[in-house]
Amino acid sequence: MTAPMLSRRAFAAAGLALPFLARVADAAVPPNRKFVVIVCRGGMDGLSVAAPVGDPDYPALRGGLALGDTALKLDGTFALNPALPAVYKMAQAGETRIAPAVATPDRARSHFEAQDVLETGAAGVYATTSGWLNRAAQAMSAAGRVEAISVGPTAPLILRGPAPAASWSPGRGVDTQARLPTLLQDLYRDDPLLGPALARGLTTEAMARDSGAAMASGAGRPGQGADAGRALGGALAGFLKAPGGPQLAAVSLDGFDTHANQSGLLATRLGTLDALVDGLHTGLGPAWKDTVVLAVTEFGRTARVNGTGGTDHGTGSTALLLGGALKPGGIVGDWPTLKRQALFEDRDVYPALDLRALEKGLLAEHLGMDRRTLDTLVFPESAAVRPVTGLV
Amino acid sequence: MRLWNGDETRRPQGGSVSQKDIDAAIAATRFGLGARPGEIADAAKDPRAYLKSQIRRQGADLITTDGETSNQRLAEFREYRQQRVAAEQLGQGKGDDSDPVKMARQFIRQNAAGDVLGRVQLAAETNAGFRERWALFWANHFTVSAAKVQVSGLVGPFENEAIRPNVFGRFADLLGAAETHPAMLLYLDQAQSVGPNSRAAQFQRRGGGRRGLGQIDGRPRRNLGLNENLAREILELHTVGVDGGYAQADVTEFARALTGLSVAGPRDAGVEGVVFRGQAHEPGERTVMGVRYGQDGQAQAGAILADLAGRPQTARFVCTKLARHFVADDPPAGLAARLEKTWLATDGDLARVAEMLVDAPEAWRPPPAKFKTPYEFVISSYRALGQEPRGLGQVNAALNGLGQRPFGAPSPKGWPDEAGPWAASDALVKRMQFAQALGAVFGPRVQDPLALADQTLGARLSPASAKVISRAESRPEAVALLLMTPEFQRR
Repeated sequence: MTAPMLSRRAFAAAGLALPFLARVADAAVPPNRKFVVIVCRGGMDGLSVAAPVGDPDYPALRGGLALGDTALKLDGTFALNPALPAVYKMAQAGETRIAPAVATPDRARSHFEAQDVLETGAAGVYATTSGWLNRAAQAMSAAGRVEAISVGPTAPLILRGPAPAASWSPGRGVDTQARLPTLLQDLYRDDPLLGPALARGLTTEAMARDSGAAMASGAGRPGQGADAGRALGGALAGFLKAPGGPQLAAVSLDGFDTHANQSGLLATRLGTLDALVDGLHTGLGPAWKDTVVLAVTEFGRTARVNGTGGTDHGTGSTALLLGGALKPGGIVGDWPTLKRQALFEDRDVYPALDLRALEKGLLAEHLGMDRRTLDTLVFPESAAVRPVTGLV
Repeated sequence: MRLWNGDETRRPQGGSVSQKDIDAAIAATRFGLGARPGEIADAAKDPRAYLKSQIRRQGADLITTDGETSNQRLAEFREYRQQRVAAEQLGQGKGDDSDPVKMARQFIRQNAAGDVLGRVQLAAETNAGFRERWALFWANHFTVSAAKVQVSGLVGPFENEAIRPNVFGRFADLLGAAETHPAMLLYLDQAQSVGPNSRAAQFQRRGGGRRGLGQIDGRPRRNLGLNENLAREILELHTVGVDGGYAQADVTEFARALTGLSVAGPRDAGVEGVVFRGQAHEPGERTVMGVRYGQDGQAQAGAILADLAGRPQTARFVCTKLARHFVADDPPAGLAARLEKTWLATDGDLARVAEMLVDAPEAWRPPPAKFKTPYEFVISSYRALGQEPRGLGQVNAALNGLGQRPFGAPSPKGWPDEAGPWAASDALVKRMQFAQALGAVFGPRVQDPLALADQTLGARLSPASAKVISRAESRPEAVALLLMTPEFQRR
């Protein structure tokens, strides 16, 4: 089913073929299109994000974790967690879709393996050290300048790699009078790590300063509550709207590993996610219609509740697609149901859709990326994984 | 304007740089936590002996805290939780300063902040930087994190009780101490895991779940059962590693064997800390990674842990991680193999492994290959200036801004050890701001910044860096430049 694991050597070979790959990727990328990926770390429980409340097996499997009447109905089967009111509002406007049973090709139920596969886009674990969103930027830049940014103090793997990528997190701003930045740029001239990073950091700071009030309002640390989430979304919107600003962005949210007392914990995390998306939506204004946001996680959680009011590591989970550029529609991919015989290894939501198919579909339809680039460069050795169509 | 004699040649005495000078700089900056003034000179007599003298059986230095044990902190947290319940029932003083919940939470935060300050000061002051780095490695290997609020007051005591005394002993003992500490049992959700066929679970199924055995930590549970979090992370992160040759069935079997291992709650009168609840233990024989374990009760998990500690996969996994931490993100294969050999020959004697690390030629390659983590950068900055942080304000602000909140690792994997995540463009700007701030505070008191650079980096200071420092327009600027040189950012 899944493509054979890509060895480091094979990937290096793919890297050598780059100029050729770049040539086929020269379809013009619509310059106003924005694509944001939110990585929800820890294994987000899809059955609590968009709960299959209409699935006959749901109440018994989920017991105390089952969402009740407060769940926000999407259709006859699915309802959103009540901690996602802004997402629900977008859904009512036809700007939200759910993919209720997606998974990466990894089946090890290890956070760290699964996050590696999620972010590298490779067919197997530790096959490459760069992220798929970075390689998407690399492919796009063959047809013109493209910028990418991550929001948060550390650089997420999904955006690390050959294409230059900026990062930004709230801070004090740079003293433009000081000589230090100039002296350091000179000192770092031959430093392949520090030189480009500092130069890019200073450019991003300047952009943050120029785009003004939205950012100065002071976003908190990511994942620290709804207010911080909203501010972060607003700040990200400021970058995306800025002249010459990034088209691609990545944000990480932590804390989705809910082994115990899941309901309250998850409500807080989803509240942050909801506020982030809301802040982005508000901040982007008219540019929202050119935007797609994808929220993904490394794996789902067990269909059954564990012994401590939580859930353990599972397989299939839910991806959220949001944005004014989306075509309205129902669920993406099949719903395998929660029948006992349909569960993966009698414990998890069955992985009915390869996450890469969804990601490839969005990159193809939203950013005009061609199939060959997607199959080889962005998601290596994934020719057998067909992009989902009809998303944008 | 130049404030001091900016001689552009590095070594006015004209002496060439000897191997010993290079090794002394490496000892203080790569093995240690960065040189304090005079440290490189101390190490120069015999760099290897300098490091080996820091290895000692009784373990690493303890963090100076308010002296409270984890059991005392646990009792405080329990009290806080009870107050919260009571306050909620009474609808009392919500939000304002008299809110007992708010006050209790404040108290817990202060505890944790005191521990962090003690840890930062120890690292900034110690003359045994290698010993402290070795302890920090193991604390990160066995991460427990304040990201979980009930654990926040326990991270410091965990390090002092389970990690630091054991870092130069046998790995099996360190493993046992870490996995059975209340902080780990709470952090990885073991405390509430119950065997599905245990007496407690059967009692609950018969309808007795509202009181007594069916209650865990004073709260009724609808569904007593397994939680496999600790079992999985022991295998994946603490011992054999993700490629260690185990499957989901091994995780579940190990989780069953661990049931019963818990933390005393309000109903366990007269008992504190770790408890073994026989009635919650899954009865029967277990098979983990092909080995059958027929022991009763807690001896079963103990036997499994001992076997995991002794497995060659564990030696390989942990030694590779050590090599990566000390030398390079992509470590020389020979180094890991050397450490592994010592580990296997000595049954995981960590003092001997540490000595081998010092003896290994691969560990002394001159180019500084490791990009400092934010914690290492901040600590080494204070060390360079011969200072220690008096309060947490500036340290916390810097570490939060750089994404490494003290005691707050985002996952049980701990903090990343590679440059990739830390060398974000924003992070470079934030490091520069920290260097500026520290330069502004301490710079005016630095008489000769170039001499300070020599003390800090020794033979590692490059001519280009020395030149730019010597040409700085002010002492604060010179200090900021020193802290931002490529060689100070690495080790």
